[in-house]
Amino acid sequence: MSAVSTTRTLAAEPLRSAPLPTVVTRAAGLAGAAVLLALCAVASLAIGSRSIPFPDVVAALLSPDASDEHAIVRDLRVPRTELGILVGASLGAAGALMQGTTRNAIAEPGILGINGGASLAVVIAISVVGISSVPAYTGFALAGAAITSLLVFTLGATGRGGPTPVRLALAGAVMASLTLSLTSAVLVFDAQTLDEFRFWVVGSLAGRDTGVMLSILPFALAGFALALAAGRHLNALALGDDVARALGQHAGRARAAAGLGFVLLAGAAVAAAGPIAFVGLAVPHLARALVGPDYRWVVPYSIVLGAAVLLAGDVLGRIVARPAELEVGIVTALLGAPFFVWVVRRRRLVSL
Amino acid sequence: MSARRVTLRRRRLSARVDLGLVALLGTLAVVVLAALVTSVALGDVAIAPLDVVASLAGAGDAADEFIVLELRLPRALVALGAGAALGIAGAVFQQVTRNPLVAPDIVGVGGGAALAAVSVIVFAGFGGAGAVPLAALAGAFVAGALLYGIAWRRGVHGQRLVLVGIGLAAFCQAGVSYVLTEGRIFEVAAAYVWLVGSLNGRGWEQVWPLAVALVVLAPAVLALGRRLDVLQLGDDLARSLGVGVERVRLGLLAAAVALTGVAVSAAGAVAFVAFVSPHIARRLARTSSNQGLIPVAGACGAVLVMLADLAGRLLFAPTEIPVGIVTSVLAAPYFLVLLRRAGRVGAAG
Repeated sequence: MSAVSTTRTLAAEPLRSAPLPTVVTRAAGLAGAAVLLALCAVASLAIGSRSIPFPDVVAALLSPDASDEHAIVRDLRVPRTELGILVGASLGAAGALMQGTTRNAIAEPGILGINGGASLAVVIAISVVGISSVPAYTGFALAGAAITSLLVFTLGATGRGGPTPVRLALAGAVMASLTLSLTSAVLVFDAQTLDEFRFWVVGSLAGRDTGVMLSILPFALAGFALALAAGRHLNALALGDDVARALGQHAGRARAAAGLGFVLLAGAAVAAAGPIAFVGLAVPHLARALVGPDYRWVVPYSIVLGAAVLLAGDVLGRIVARPAELEVGIVTALLGAPFFVWVVRRRRLVSL
Repeated sequence: MSARRVTLRRRRLSARVDLGLVALLGTLAVVVLAALVTSVALGDVAIAPLDVVASLAGAGDAADEFIVLELRLPRALVALGAGAALGIAGAVFQQVTRNPLVAPDIVGVGGGAALAAVSVIVFAGFGGAGAVPLAALAGAFVAGALLYGIAWRRGVHGQRLVLVGIGLAAFCQAGVSYVLTEGRIFEVAAAYVWLVGSLNGRGWEQVWPLAVALVVLAPAVLALGRRLDVLQLGDDLARSLGVGVERVRLGLLAAAVALTGVAVSAAGAVAFVAFVSPHIARRLARTSSNQGLIPVAGACGAVLVMLADLAGRLLFAPTEIPVGIVTSVLAAPYFLVLLRRAGRVGAAG
């Protein structure tokens, strides 16, 4: 297990004595994050190529009339905001689960080849089946993600030595690369498909209707339940398999449950919005920097912060390129990456 | 492997030699040569191995000589050099960070090259001869310098290096995505081929930079690799054993960045080679010593890229499959078999 553990190297880092957060401060922090999320949601309803004042937003929600403003809020922005919350929360939770299970700081929703499988399925949908509507990609992406994750678990979990996180991660990296190759094999020779695909693969919330949100909702909800239940087990796994076993944890079963939750969440997110980079990777680190290494808190923080970050990115994307918009996947990475680097540099590293 | 080692002594000099490793390296050298000759011999026009040798010696007929010396040999050498450079660079990054999932493209070095190259292709219409390779090289160096500079805080810590690196990689990736959504589809398609990695039309002008880089940097990496073995014990222990931890790490990372930059500038952003070569090497060499691992990883990378390019040229001829597509199709199944067979995995996975 020492393979992916990085705890040994942390001895070189001077320990800064920070007061241990109590349950009250942690809960207060979570409430603060929820308030932040609510603000982002309001901004997402009000801001766009056509700005709508806050009172009108409230009126549109409570007592809708037939005006254009109210129609925009109810029919376009409410579904988009709901989808943003769902996808962002899924990405945050999926990242926390995967980093906890593999104890590797760079584990993220793309790591088990799930985004790769979804991308390949979408390319097939465009190139072979001839579909060219964003909501219709959802089913294909979901199927692609499911098939790939099944393959990864079969490849990584069988064979001598059983399913160790390293083997799963390696099998995932291989599948990611393989699906990318097959995707490229189509795209290199088919510029027309590339022309469609390049906008999907960026990751965006634009043009998705309520149907998209409803079709991923059950997967995401099941995933959230598994993620929230996994916190205690992830804490034990963080101590290493031997200690976890001595504490009465069934390491294999805990990992399988976390893995299933991860697949549901990451699959739902990529199916609905395309492979949005970086949110799933950075948000758990952010959560850990705020609340410490306890996964019973890291998971809920990641859920709320993931939703807030994704919505904020989506709103910013609508502001910077007015009247057009910049895809949320680009915004979150371009702005999120420098912020993430700043956090990593400033904070004492929390070991996984 | 508690290998068959022998100790050679001659007066005050002595060296311990791992016979298994020597045999493995010898075998790999033969495989590399065989792959080289096969690459030169096979194609639209097949040339008999003897005629290949004759052409190399300057004694073949004019048509053969042109095909061998001007078309196929430089291309095969670019494949060899780029593969070896990526294999070595991947091994260095994985060993220095002690993370089995790391590769130059995961910590942003490949991303920097890609962002620069794709920008030149899409926004400057290729920008004249040699502009794209130069941009890629510069992008890799800038990204490498940023990576080290940002991650430095009283020394570069492996974990912080990786985290800063993925931030950098995500930034570059988003930049690439932005460029691809902004450009016109013709240029975007050309940029996409570069991102996949292709050796189509590569000649001697791509061979020389690779050769120089490998001749200078590979021995340096090997020499530092010995110190890296001590680094694996942890920074504190290494320091107390008298190893200049930071200098070793800086030297190794700089060499790895340079090797990545030169390789990517010649062949495009070929994925997977830098990641998988060290893993294959670890399982072939069954050694945890970097001195053993690094050359084996280089040889694995060279063989992988040469065979991938050969397969890409032949399989669907006259249509050519870019080498970057074939590398993972070729290496993934092999790697998965190794993964299933391995009971316990070594120091870095």
